Amino acid sequence: MEQLFTISGTTLIIRLPAELDHHSSEKIRLEADRLATGRNIRWMLFDFGQTVFMDSSGIGMLIGRYKMMRFLGGNVAAIRANEQIQRVLTLSGIDKVIDVYEGIPQQLNL
Amino acid sequence: MNQGERTMQQNEMKLEFDSRSCNEGFARVAVAAFMTQLNPTLEEVADVKTAVSEAVTNAIIHGYEGRVKKVEIFCRIEQETLFVEVRDEGKGIPDVELAMQPMYTTKAECDRAGMGFAFMEAFMDALEVESTPGRGTCVRMRKHIRHDTEQFPGYLDTETAKNMTER
Repeated sequence: MEQLFTISGTTLIIRLPAELDHHSSEKIRLEADRLATGRNIRWMLFDFGQTVFMDSSGIGMLIGRYKMMRFLGGNVAAIRANEQIQRVLTLSGIDKVIDVYEGIPQQLNL
Repeated sequence: MNQGERTMQQNEMKLEFDSRSCNEGFARVAVAAFMTQLNPTLEEVADVKTAVSEAVTNAIIHGYEGRVKKVEIFCRIEQETLFVEVRDEGKGIPDVELAMQPMYTTKAECDRAGMGFAFMEAFMDALEVESTPGRGTCVRMRKHIRHDTEQFPGYLDTETAKNMTER
């Protein structure tokens, strides 16, 4: 099975599935929270590279993780979102609080 | 209009499935497959998939609150318009107007964004919600599929193209 969660230093990279809905968001939420609270994670990177569908359940999951990471003194970013995903991010307004990068941000030195 | 013409322009389908979250993907893909006869753009398909996903997720999370009952989808194509109805016989919504306000959610602790109805409204042309507490909810949506407008052959003059889009 492909690795969905990768930890590199203090960064947790989450490779999102092809379809991010209520069904798939639930599992990601549980695992992301477990990993982020159990270790010293400063950045949570959501990799949309393989994602072709997202609805408001995905947005809810992102907002929840954003709140948690801010509480822990860390941050959240989204990377490699295609046009469709970008539309949903923009429509929800979440792109105003979560940075969206084309690739892995350089300041993370990964 | 004779029966033959009618069947060309109108088409219906009905779907019933268990209110399990694993069926959310099935439901939106089924509606997407049904609408392909309208020759939609990728963006139009994505819009409908998102709207259906929102309505079905609402039925599962809010209508039935995790209990396994039936969700029903009814689709109709009339000319170039798609009508989608998503029904549950769950607990219903006491105040539909309040529920439809962006960011309003009764389940913030479950990471619900409160954007379901706002997304349905944004991605479809029309949205109507009917709900009776204790009886269930019916979400009706409509979307006109503007197909082929940018695929006219180059030799068409503006007037002909205009007539074709208005047909």
